[in-house]
Amino acid sequence: MSSLEFENLNVWFGDGPDRVDAVTGATFDVESGTSFGLVGESGSGKSTILRALVGLARNWSGRMTVGGLELRGYKRPRAFYRDVQMVFQDPYASLHPRQTVDAVLGETLKLHGFSDIDRRIKTLLDDVGLGPEFRFRYPHQISGGQRQRVAIARALAPEPSVLLLDEPTSALDVSVQAEVLNLLVDLRKERSLTYLMVSHDLAVVGHMCERVAVMQDGEIVELLGVAEMRAMEVKHPYTRHLLEASVGYNPREA
Amino acid sequence: MSLLDVENLCVTFPTRRGEFQAVRGVSFTLGQERLGIVGESGSGKSMTGRAILRLIRPPGRVEADHMRLEGRELLQMSEKEMQGVRGQKISMVMQDPKFSLNPVMKIGEQIIEIYRFHTGAGRKAAWAKAVEMLEAVSIRDQERVMRAYPHEMSGGMGQRIMIAMMLVTEPKILIADEPTSALDVSVQTQVLQIMDRLVRERGMGLIFISHDLNLVASFCDRVLIMYAGRIVETCEADKLHEAQHPYTRGLLNSLPRLDEPSERLDVLTRDPAWMEETSVSGRV
Repeated sequence: MSSLEFENLNVWFGDGPDRVDAVTGATFDVESGTSFGLVGESGSGKSTILRALVGLARNWSGRMTVGGLELRGYKRPRAFYRDVQMVFQDPYASLHPRQTVDAVLGETLKLHGFSDIDRRIKTLLDDVGLGPEFRFRYPHQISGGQRQRVAIARALAPEPSVLLLDEPTSALDVSVQAEVLNLLVDLRKERSLTYLMVSHDLAVVGHMCERVAVMQDGEIVELLGVAEMRAMEVKHPYTRHLLEASVGYNPREA
Repeated sequence: MSLLDVENLCVTFPTRRGEFQAVRGVSFTLGQERLGIVGESGSGKSMTGRAILRLIRPPGRVEADHMRLEGRELLQMSEKEMQGVRGQKISMVMQDPKFSLNPVMKIGEQIIEIYRFHTGAGRKAAWAKAVEMLEAVSIRDQERVMRAYPHEMSGGMGQRIMIAMMLVTEPKILIADEPTSALDVSVQTQVLQIMDRLVRERGMGLIFISHDLNLVASFCDRVLIMYAGRIVETCEADKLHEAQHPYTRGLLNSLPRLDEPSERLDVLTRDPAWMEETSVSGRV
């Protein structure tokens, strides 16, 4: 069964002469329990797809469904937010600087109507590999990797089936990135989560995802499996360019 | 003779718990080459770059046996003399254009200001030069960008504008602190080509500070690997993947690889002994 479906999705900002088409005619689906990667450069519309899905980008047309439920407008039913959660790029910006880890997680749990908050906070911290000593710390008292773990714990709090990951490790050091990616792989296996992941790093997407959509200027230029990507069996010249650039600097390339 | 010669550089900050040494006894030389400094955040690589320009503010302290730019001792220069070095002899491109560009000044004015300050050129010549530099960093529609404010630019454009601004004075040394980590790969290639060309054609020395091991290995000539304020290893850039130090190996192994898929990534385990090792010299 497809967990997420996008059909001919258009997203735009502004009106009239100021209109900018951020996404045009995006069509793809994400099978339940799999991991799907959106790659492309900044401005290619990959994050906008995530934002349209959760209702943060209001102007869109086409068809989007989550677990068979068709979405309309920008308002989402409460059940949607239990089912779909997002992890943002920058853990320095996405956590409230004046709230402890306990307050961040507690508030999320309360909003989603859980009653055994104390027990759940303990489990959540445990799930993301943070010890109980982190519970009453402020974001500035923990490292970047630990902050991203808190952000992941917050996303997991309402027990979602779909996680939207917007460049979850691009603000982290490579050794910390490895820890967070391992955590995400483990969590997906344990909870059979569906991931829709946005990244500009093809190696990260290749590690995490089964299928990949390559975006350029708001359009999906190629849909491919990770095996094809690894074997460099790509059709679109832009995908090839991204792959070659991901290996390192090549002075011959223009 | 090397462009820059640094011996036993230390950067110290007093804290409530005693002195904290961000850089501990780093020595290296820079010729007309691309010298990479890699390490994780907090390893002291950015502090090394800033210390060369004496941009560490008190109570932070910069000490070294010597730090010479083409034979002249940087540590003994007056603040006024340093102004002639900063931006003219040694330029620096910082990590994030959002914090490096003046948000309330048009982009054109910012580039022109630097150029005129260091060369005394007229407004018209400076405008033409600024447009030319923007073109050199692959910015289209330069006249419009000249009249725009930084917030109207994307991150990638902002970084290219920063680079244009830093290169407009044709410096001897460019210190680039993660210049491309906010950029897309295709723009990244262009920016690297610009810097590459400057090194080859004009004999500029480039200090390329980055956390991206693949990029440094493919782009630089020589690499210093820093950990906890020290250089733990130096090598030829194209031999980086054969590096010996367990820290460097750990970093390399924690990278996900397209050509060698694995279920789990290796996680770096830090040996406390690395903190105590003496710094390796990066002199040639």
